Amino acid sequence: MELDPELLSRVQFAFVVSFHILFPAFTIGLASFIAVLETLWGITRQDLYIELSEFWTKIFAVSFGMGVVSGIVMTYQFGTNWSRFTDAAAPIIGPLLGYEVLTAFFLEATFLGILLFGRGRVPARLHILASYMVAFGTLLSAFWILSANSWMQTPAGYELRGGVFHPSDWWAAVFNPSFPFRFVHMVFACYLSTAFAVVGASAWHLRRGSFPAHSRKAYAMGLGLIAVLAPLQLLVGDLHGLNTLEHQPAKVAAMEGHWETQQGAPLLLFGIPDQQAEKNRLQLAVPYLGSLILTHELQGEVRGLKDWPPEQRPPVAIVFYAFRIMVGLGLLMIFIGLAGLWLRWRGRLYDTPWFLRLCTWCVPIGFVALLAGWFVTEVGRQPWTVYGELHRSDSVSPSLAGGHVLTSLLIYIGVYTVIFGTGIYYLLRIGRQGPRVGALPAGKASARRPLSGADVALDEGDVP
Amino acid sequence: MNLDLPLIWALIILLAVFMYVLLDGFDLGVGILFPTARNDGERDLMMNSVAPIWDGNETWLVLGGGGLLAAFPLAYAIIMPALYFPVLLMLIALIFRGVAFEFRFKATPSHRRIWDLSFTFGSVVATFSQGLVLGGFLQGFEVDGRDFAGGPFDWLSLFSVFVGAGLVCGYALLGATWLIIKTEGELQERFYRLARPLLFVVLGFIVLVSAWTPLYYPFIAERWFSWPNLLYLSPVPILTAALAALLLRALARRREIQPFVLSLGLFLLGYLGLGISLWPYAAPPSVTIWDAASTPSSLSFMLVGVLILLPIILFYTGYSYFVFRGKVRSGEGYH
Ligand code: HDD
Ligand code: HEM
Ligand code: HEM
Repeated sequence: MELDPELLSRVQFAFVVSFHILFPAFTIGLASFIAVLETLWGITRQDLYIELSEFWTKIFAVSFGMGVVSGIVMTYQFGTNWSRFTDAAAPIIGPLLGYEVLTAFFLEATFLGILLFGRGRVPARLHILASYMVAFGTLLSAFWILSANSWMQTPAGYELRGGVFHPSDWWAAVFNPSFPFRFVHMVFACYLSTAFAVVGASAWHLRRGSFPAHSRKAYAMGLGLIAVLAPLQLLVGDLHGLNTLEHQPAKVAAMEGHWETQQGAPLLLFGIPDQQAEKNRLQLAVPYLGSLILTHELQGEVRGLKDWPPEQRPPVAIVFYAFRIMVGLGLLMIFIGLAGLWLRWRGRLYDTPWFLRLCTWCVPIGFVALLAGWFVTEVGRQPWTVYGELHRSDSVSPSLAGGHVLTSLLIYIGVYTVIFGTGIYYLLRIGRQGPRVGALPAGKASARRPLSGADVALDEGDVP
Repeated sequence: MNLDLPLIWALIILLAVFMYVLLDGFDLGVGILFPTARNDGERDLMMNSVAPIWDGNETWLVLGGGGLLAAFPLAYAIIMPALYFPVLLMLIALIFRGVAFEFRFKATPSHRRIWDLSFTFGSVVATFSQGLVLGGFLQGFEVDGRDFAGGPFDWLSLFSVFVGAGLVCGYALLGATWLIIKTEGELQERFYRLARPLLFVVLGFIVLVSAWTPLYYPFIAERWFSWPNLLYLSPVPILTAALAALLLRALARRREIQPFVLSLGLFLLGYLGLGISLWPYAAPPSVTIWDAASTPSSLSFMLVGVLILLPIILFYTGYSYFVFRGKVRSGEGYH
């Protein structure tokens, strides 16, 4: 069998970036959460905040470490597997990534050292400042990388000369048409994913009665954020979709599962798209709603996939299902946010067993929705690397043979499974361990602490 | 005014790569020397001597890679596919080493061994593959049009393996002299004793690589051995010898800071030597920095950022080294 280096490179890129994004998403959210906790400590001087902050900082550090090592892999992927893409698009993508390193990565990495190890070595205010710097750095990083990715989706501010993208207007390139929507939607996604992790861990402790004061605080903070952000996310997602309709109509047709161009298009709740037969099976639809959402008119015209030649259509099924997973989970999040508000109003927030259990089960939903969203975006862009301009077969490194890519892909799969599997196991274990309460005598919260003895206590069962 | 932007960018990237070699060099070196620790306490100390700064150090690698991509995309597009496997090896090794910083302190005592090993092997293999990358780079690339046209194992040769081994010893020397600064007592004494033989090995490698590269390219030989270049360039080997002598003396006199600084100096000279040999190629032997450069608009857009941000980065990096100055003692760390 002939191994296709292009297909394998796509699978490899999707695999390594899917792993990578989980950790930055979590650290972007946690960094802001930690900055809030540090600030609350600065204002109230209550030990509870600093103990919570130290607890989540421990989780943050593990996640950050994994984000960094998987991120370095990403930069090099562009060169090793997508050398033609690099050659053509680097004049625009390169500076954006360069600015990410200069403005964000150094800031994060340096102040992370101070955040983790600096308590007691630097004045308390500076330590709080370090937490701001780290949080700010993670957001800047998202800014630049999403600008780069959005440019590939909706390229702007360039001239094509001799197959190379020459920048002509940096402002237009950085703030390309899909960027503002993607940035806001992604940051909300990171915050929501993190909030569900925090709420779920706290709910788990609340059910067992461990660390009640700390768990209540984090649980209430997280649910409050979800109640606000989940509905907003629906709104932003809708705007994002309308923007996509304008710039990448074929992607929207795949998301909606529309094959025919029609007026008064239905909204498909479910179906099984069949790329060969160019239709859906087992379709369940609400008449007219599709046109209403996309064009805000009952009889609005919506383009179908058959408007494009088959080789210019994205793989429909992946886009179609992933979109439904994301939106379904988004609706679940809105429900949880509302239910939390209602229980709070009834004074039953902390002792409603079914809700606590639901929250515990919902730890992964943010991350699943986030990955699903990215699959919609990226697979829906196919077959283009730079939408409408650079085909993916003109992007791949010509010197690669299928066997080489298969080798590296298998190595990545093996290593990532072991390393990140272990990392996630450690994250869960630290989460179960809970905050270290009372270890910091009041007012001494900034003293240096001994390291080894207390570490071992992390492993229940190993303590004699 | 007409700025030679590719030239400026070549200097910036040389600086970034050099910062990387220096900074990550010593913390990879600590990993290479990790097996010399005799117990968990010593291992904790060694690891904590770099734990707060390793991430910042590694960011220079991202800047070097990202800068090359941004400023000389054609070079990036030729070098990376050509060095597919050494780069893969380096990335995998850096993963094993990077997670060890966190995992080691989170593991049960029985599992801690695994992460100790992961730290050591990750550091050794990452360094070795960086040597392979350097060796492969020095050997040059077969290019057709704008693409790499050679085979997947073109980089593999006695020479590149040799450079890899040399780099492992070089980073170990940096690591040993760094640990002289950060430790005390019996542990420190051990690194004093280790640094001396390491220095001799490293000198051996420097001499051999210097003799070997001119054999690859006649133009390198011509550059070094023709008159009057011989005169202008003679300070490089002379200074190298002088630094080595000073380093020996500093070690014998049990100086604490000097050995590290002098080792950095040795690296700087070696690096300069390579730079002189290969100038102005971005992907030897055919693609120069002017061939490979990105568009002028891209180069000047980024240059603004670098001129403003690099000093700030150097400032807060310096501050963070200042915060974590002094000896590491047991009982420090956040874990
Ligand atoms: C917690 C995560 C999360 C949640 C709950 C949602 N999304 Fe989302 N969505 C993302 C996380 C995400 C994402 C990972 O951030 C994506 C991928 C890339 C991007 O721009 O955002 C995305 C992409 C994305 C796109 C594709 C844009 C494109 O063409 O590139 C659309 C149309 C929506 N979203 C719409 C929605 C709607 C209507 C939601 C209703 C609740 C929704 N999203 C919830
Ligand atoms: C939505 C997409 C992405 C976002 C929001 C994002 C964000 C981040 C963040 C916040 C970090 C810091 C480490 C951490 O917090 O875990 C990070 C690390 C990194 N990311 Fe990503 N990333 C994304 C995708 C990518 C892609 C596609 C690349 C490849 C070009 C990449 C390259 C890197 C690199 C090189 C690092 C290591 C930085 C360091 O050494 O500190 N990222 N990323
Ligand atoms: C972080 C979450 C992301 C996920 C989960 C993701 C997922 C994917 C997937 C599934 C593919 C393969 C699509 C297909 O071939 O059908 C892909 C391709 C690709 N993505 Fe992403 N992506 C992410 C972010 C990014 C970012 C931030 C960038 C650039 C800055 C990027 C650049 C690319 C490139 C260059 C390809 C290969 C070329 C192509 O197939 O178009 N991705 N990604």
